[in-house]
Amino acid sequence: MLTAVIAFFIGGLVILATTKKNPLSTYRAIFDGTGLNWFFHVGSHKIGIPFTDTRVWFPWDTASRSAMDLQQTLIIVTPLILTGIAVAFAFRCGLFNIGGNGQYTVGAIVGVQFGVWFAGLPGPVHVIIAMAAATLAGALWAGIAGLLKATVGAHEVITTIMLNWIALWVGSYLVGFNGPMQDPRALSAPVTRPVAQSARLDVFWGFPTLQGLHIGFFIALGALVVYWLVLNRTTLGYEVKAVGFNAEAARYGGISVPRNYFLAMAISGAFAGLAGSIDILGWEFNLDLTVVQSVQIGFIGIAVALLGRNNALGIFFAALLFGALLTGTSTRNLDPSVFKPELAGNLTQIIQGLVVLFVGVDLLVLYVWRALRRPFPRRRVES
Amino acid sequence: MIARAERLNGRAVWTTLSSPRSIGILGIGLAIVGFWLALPPATLRTPPGPVALGILGAAAGIWAFARGERRIGGGAVVAGIVGVGLALALMQTQASNLEGTFVWSALIAATLRWATPLTFAALGGMFSERSGVVNIGLEGMMLMGAFFGAWGADKTGSWLGGVAIGLAGGAALAFIYAIFAIHLRADQIVGGTAVNFLALGITGYLYNDIYGNNGTPQNLPAVPDVHLGWLHSIPPHGLGNFLVNSFGSLNLMIWLSLALLPMSYFALFKTAIGLRVRSVGEHPRAADTVGISVYGTRYAAVTLSGALAALGGVFLSLGYVNAFTENMTAGRGFIALAALIFGGWRPFGAFAACLLFGFSSALAQRLPDLSASESAAWPVLFQALPYVLTLIAVAGIIGRSIPPAADGQPYQKQ
Repeated sequence: MLTAVIAFFIGGLVILATTKKNPLSTYRAIFDGTGLNWFFHVGSHKIGIPFTDTRVWFPWDTASRSAMDLQQTLIIVTPLILTGIAVAFAFRCGLFNIGGNGQYTVGAIVGVQFGVWFAGLPGPVHVIIAMAAATLAGALWAGIAGLLKATVGAHEVITTIMLNWIALWVGSYLVGFNGPMQDPRALSAPVTRPVAQSARLDVFWGFPTLQGLHIGFFIALGALVVYWLVLNRTTLGYEVKAVGFNAEAARYGGISVPRNYFLAMAISGAFAGLAGSIDILGWEFNLDLTVVQSVQIGFIGIAVALLGRNNALGIFFAALLFGALLTGTSTRNLDPSVFKPELAGNLTQIIQGLVVLFVGVDLLVLYVWRALRRPFPRRRVES
Repeated sequence: MIARAERLNGRAVWTTLSSPRSIGILGIGLAIVGFWLALPPATLRTPPGPVALGILGAAAGIWAFARGERRIGGGAVVAGIVGVGLALALMQTQASNLEGTFVWSALIAATLRWATPLTFAALGGMFSERSGVVNIGLEGMMLMGAFFGAWGADKTGSWLGGVAIGLAGGAALAFIYAIFAIHLRADQIVGGTAVNFLALGITGYLYNDIYGNNGTPQNLPAVPDVHLGWLHSIPPHGLGNFLVNSFGSLNLMIWLSLALLPMSYFALFKTAIGLRVRSVGEHPRAADTVGISVYGTRYAAVTLSGALAALGGVFLSLGYVNAFTENMTAGRGFIALAALIFGGWRPFGAFAACLLFGFSSALAQRLPDLSASESAAWPVLFQALPYVLTLIAVAGIIGRSIPPAADGQPYQKQ
C-alpha cells in the first residue's frame, strides 16, 4: 500500500517535471477513464436478474459511460489476476517466473487454434476444451524452464526470458504472413481465423457487440480461490511453500525439491496459459501479429504479484489497480489535451517499475524510521 | 635415463589424448568439420564425406559417453546428428544461394557487430557479479545507454558527447540499483527486474515526450567506423581482400570492446583492485575483516557495470542503427547475462559465448536468403535461433560453471 503511494508520488513528480502539468489533475483524468468512478454515482436504477425477465432496484446505472469503462477495466483485470497468480505461485516456491508473456502467448495460440477447430461442439464443451488445451500448453511451456531448473539447475530467470522470445518468434511465424495459422480469407492481414461462435465466452454485462464484460472474469476470481486452496489446504501447496522458505530444509525433511520446482513452474505456467485463452475466447476472438509481438501482460503480472504480496486478496486489488491504470491511460479513455496517452502508457511502466523496486525493501521503512529517531540514537544489540 | 623420462612423458601425453574427454571433444570437432564441408568454400554436394564424419563424431561421442564423460560425449552425439542433418539440408538448397548466404568475411563482420553490445554488457555484468551483486538489470542499463546516447548526441551535436551522456545514464541507473541491492538489501533479482521496468518506462516516456512520433533525428552524429584500407595490401591477394571485408570497416566501438577485453582481464585478475573486487564477491566477511570496504567496492563495481552495459546500448543507437526506438535492446541484456554465465564469469569465456550468440544472430539475418521463394514464412523462425541457442547453452553446460560464492547475497556490516 505504502509502496503504491510512493510510486504514484514519484510518478507525479515525473509529470510535474517534464510537462509542467498538475499531477493531480492528470491522475484525476486517468481515474475518470478507468470507470472506477462508477461506484460513486449512486442513484436509483434497475437491473435485470440474469436468465430471467425480472428487473429489480439497483443503486448504480449499469449502462452509463463509466459502466462501460469499468467493463473495459475488468476485462484487463481478468488476465492480470491470472498472470499475477502465475508469478505469485512460482514465488511461493522460491522461483521467479518472468516468462508470463511467453506462457500467455502460447496459451493464446493454442486457445485460438482449438477455438477454430471443433466448430460443431456445444458451447460449454468447446470452451472447456479450448481452455484446457491452452492451460496445458502454458504449463508445458513453463515446464521446460521448471525441468531445466530441476535437472541441471539452469536459472529460471534466464530460461523463462529466452522462452518468452522463442514464443514471440514462433508465434510470429504461425500467425504472420503465409504462416500456417493465418486466415486464408484475409491474406492481406497477419491475423488468424476467428474462433467459432461456440467457443466464445458469454457476455454478462454490457453489449456483446461493444466488448462487454465476459464470464472469464469469474474464472479469474475462481482461480484466486483455487490458488488460495492449493497453497493453504493441500500437501502440494505445503511442499511448494516449504521449498520456497528453505529448499535445503525441505530436502532434509524428505520433500523432493526438483519435483516441486517442476510442478510449481508448470502450475504457474498453467495460470498464464489460461489467461491467454480467456483473452482470446472472451473478447479478442482471433490472434493478431501485433498482439503476439507486444504482449506485456506477463510482465505486469510481476508487479501485481509483488504488490499483492503473493496472497489472493492482494493480487485481486493489485490487478484492479494496474488494470485501471492500463484502461485509464489508453488512447481511448484519456483526453489527449490533458495528458498524452503515449506518455501515460510509459508512466504506467515507470510506476510499475517503482512498485517492484520499492516492494522488495522492507528495510526502507526501517531506514526512514531510524532517520526520524536520529536525535536519540540507540544501537541495536547484535545477536 | 633421459630417454626413459621422455618415453614416460610420451605415454602421459598419449593417455591424455586417449582419455574419454579428449575423444569426446574430438567427436564434436569431427561433427563440426563434417558440417563445415557442406558450406562454402568447400561446398560438398554429395553426402558421403559429411555423413561419414558426422557418424564418426557421434561414435566417438558414444564411446566417451560410455566411459563417464556424459556431458561432452552426449554433446558429440548431438553435434554429429545435428551436423549430418544440417549438411543434408544444405545440399537440398542451391549452391548459388549458399554462396550468397555464407560469405564468410561478411559473416565475420556481422558476427562482431552483433556480439559487441553483448560483450560490453557481459563485461559489465562480470564486474558486478564478481563483486557479489547479481545484475539482472543489464538490459535496462543498456536501454538507458541507448536512449541517453542518442539524446546526448543530438543535444551536444557530437558522438563523443552522446557516448559520455549515455554512459552517465546507465551508470546513474546502476547506482540507484546499487543503493537498493547493497544498502537496502533488497532481493537482487526483484530489484534488477524493477530496474528493467524503470528503464523501459523512463526511456519510453522521454522518447515520446521529446521526439514524439517523428523519431530521433535522421542526422544523429554516429560513432565513426575505422577504415583499415592497408589490410588490402597484405600479400596473398585473397587473404588481403578477406581481411578488408571482415575487419576493414568496423565501428570504433567494436574495437573498443575488443580492447576492453584484455584490459578488464588484467584489471580483474592481475591488480590489487581486481583482487579486492573478487574477494568481496567470494567472501565479503573475510574481505571486511582485512579492511576492504565491501559496500564501497560493490557500489563501484555495480556502477561500472552500468556504465559498461550502457556502452553496449550506445553502440546500438549510435554505432549500428543510428536511431533510438522503444525497447530497442530486445532482450540483449539477458543474452549477455547468459553469455557471462556460459563463459564462467571470465572475460574471454564470456566473449567466446558472445561471439557464438553473435554468430547465430548474424546467421539468422542471412539465412532467409536460402529459401527459394520470397513468400515463405519459415525464415521468421530463425529469429528465435539466438534464444534457442542460449537456452541450450544454459541447459547443457552451465550446470558446472561455478558463480562467485557470495553472488546475490546482500552483506550486512557488523
